Amino acid sequence: MRSLWLEKTVRFFFFLCALSAVVISIGIGVTLLGEALRFFARVSIIDFLFGLTWAPHTLPSGEDVGFGAVPLFTGTILITLIAMAVGLPCGLMVAIYLSEYATPRMRNIFKPVLETLAGIPTLVYGFFAITTLAPFLRRVGEVFHLSLSTESALSAGIVMGIMVLPYMSSLCEDALHRLPNSLRECSIGLGATASETIIRVLLPAAFPSIMAAFLLSLSRAIGETMIVVMAAGLAANLTFNPLEAVTTVTVQIVSLLTGDQEFDNAKTLAAFGLGFVLFILTFFLNILALQGVKRHRRIYG
Amino acid sequence: MSFKIDVKNLSLFYGDKQALFKVSLGLPKLQTTALIGPSGCGKSSFLRCLNRMNDSVPNIHIDGKVLLDGKDIYAPSVDVVELRSHVGMVFQKPNPFPRSIYENVAYGPRIHKLFKNKSALDDIVETSLTRAGLWEEIKDRLQQPATRLSGGQQQRLCIARAIAVSPEVILMDEPCSALDPIATAKIEELIDELREKFTIVIVTHNLQQAARVSQKTAFFHSGHIVEAGETGELFTMPKDERTQGYITGRYG
Ligand SMILES: Nc1ncnc2c1ncn2[C@@H]1O[C@H](COP(=O)(O)OP(=O)(O)O)[C@@H](O)[C@H]1O
Ligand SMILES: [Mg+2]
Repeated sequence: MRSLWLEKTVRFFFFLCALSAVVISIGIGVTLLGEALRFFARVSIIDFLFGLTWAPHTLPSGEDVGFGAVPLFTGTILITLIAMAVGLPCGLMVAIYLSEYATPRMRNIFKPVLETLAGIPTLVYGFFAITTLAPFLRRVGEVFHLSLSTESALSAGIVMGIMVLPYMSSLCEDALHRLPNSLRECSIGLGATASETIIRVLLPAAFPSIMAAFLLSLSRAIGETMIVVMAAGLAANLTFNPLEAVTTVTVQIVSLLTGDQEFDNAKTLAAFGLGFVLFILTFFLNILALQGVKRHRRIYG
Repeated sequence: MSFKIDVKNLSLFYGDKQALFKVSLGLPKLQTTALIGPSGCGKSSFLRCLNRMNDSVPNIHIDGKVLLDGKDIYAPSVDVVELRSHVGMVFQKPNPFPRSIYENVAYGPRIHKLFKNKSALDDIVETSLTRAGLWEEIKDRLQQPATRLSGGQQQRLCIARAIAVSPEVILMDEPCSALDPIATAKIEELIDELREKFTIVIVTHNLQQAARVSQKTAFFHSGHIVEAGETGELFTMPKDERTQGYITGRYG
């Protein structure tokens, strides 16, 4: 009977652990929503979501103006797109190389290097963007008679792409490596070359995991703040020109929350409004990805 | 006697370890040859030499000749991809690609560009599935994932996939060892029918199976072929006592 009692206690303990994760997530959501609602009581949600000017301040009359978050959204999208355009294909190709082509010796050299890259603080990446990449891009720009500001979406995006590359490559590499060798043999046995096998068999088979890797990288990029502060700036320009300075949602959350500590002025509350938008966004991204994986299951089983 | 494949003095080394010792064996055209012997004696290694599946194994070294229609498949001028379209392979574990039934069978023809238009491809898929005895069962669900088929159906699908590229030789490495007796019986029946068009080499642990499906049998032991000959003869009057020991179940 002793073991039965123990079994029950252990089971209850693990249930509590699982429950706490759910409770905490809901708690975060509710807090965020509460503060966001307080914010939207002061600034109209329409002005916030569709306003084109971001220069938050309160007029002496007590009116809150300049809370149009569109420039932050466009800045986030622009930098994230650049980062993904750099990080995803490179990450995937590195993964393919390591899993399918590299000799064990090469793997033993490359994998630790990538893991180190993943461990570098993003501050250092930002530093790299300012001191190395931005000047380089500027000089390249000059050749084509383009003027780049020191801070630009391009350099922040590229460096952010380099930042997500190790995540992407290591997750995809795991996914490819996990596939049964029989799949490769079978394809090779039918006369396929290594590259045909990768494109037609292995990548489709690993698609759900690649999708997950993609999503994780994407959320890292959206959430990344330090690189943007250093390399893309704080100026909320409404532009899709990657050569200009832009800012992102997370950067503005930080700058809204630092300094002013009272939680009831519009500027501080705006941070929660922005946070809430991010929350919703990642939520839908996850649903989208799940949908993709489900569809893939239907087709590929 | 004309051999489809003629193996002469084949030696195979995995690094320092020798797995095959100057093995010679002729595989008669449009017949089924069974390879039997205790585990680890080199049957799979031998089989995989016949379409150069061993090429990518690190530190492997192969000596000797494998003649397909009189031409050495290990000659430097041989295109391995093309070779494998002539010598197909079915593996131990049924391993359909995670795609639809149709796409599995169409895979080889697509790679080797064996068709002119979609309807020609449809024909290849249908013929291959029919030959593999699977068409009637699955013709209404060609677009479904192949992984949803039963184990026996999956293995027949793998056979259909292999014959879709119209090979001349089909190599099978213990194709029934993961299947139940009914599915096994179906595959055996199928092998018997396929013999009309294909030269077949089958590795099997099941001696009754070897006796049932093959015309020629080779008994492997520790990397040597101890005895090879007509199946009926080898099973009833083995010349070597090791063969006799194995087929009467004294070891292995
Ligand atoms: N890739 C490999 N690397 C090293 N040794 C191997 C490899 N494949 C097989 N061997 C060895 O070669 C011998 C023959 O193996 P195998 O051909 O698989 O035997 P069988 O199929 O008759 O059971 C075994 O001793 C096995 O351990
Ligand atoms: Mg074997």
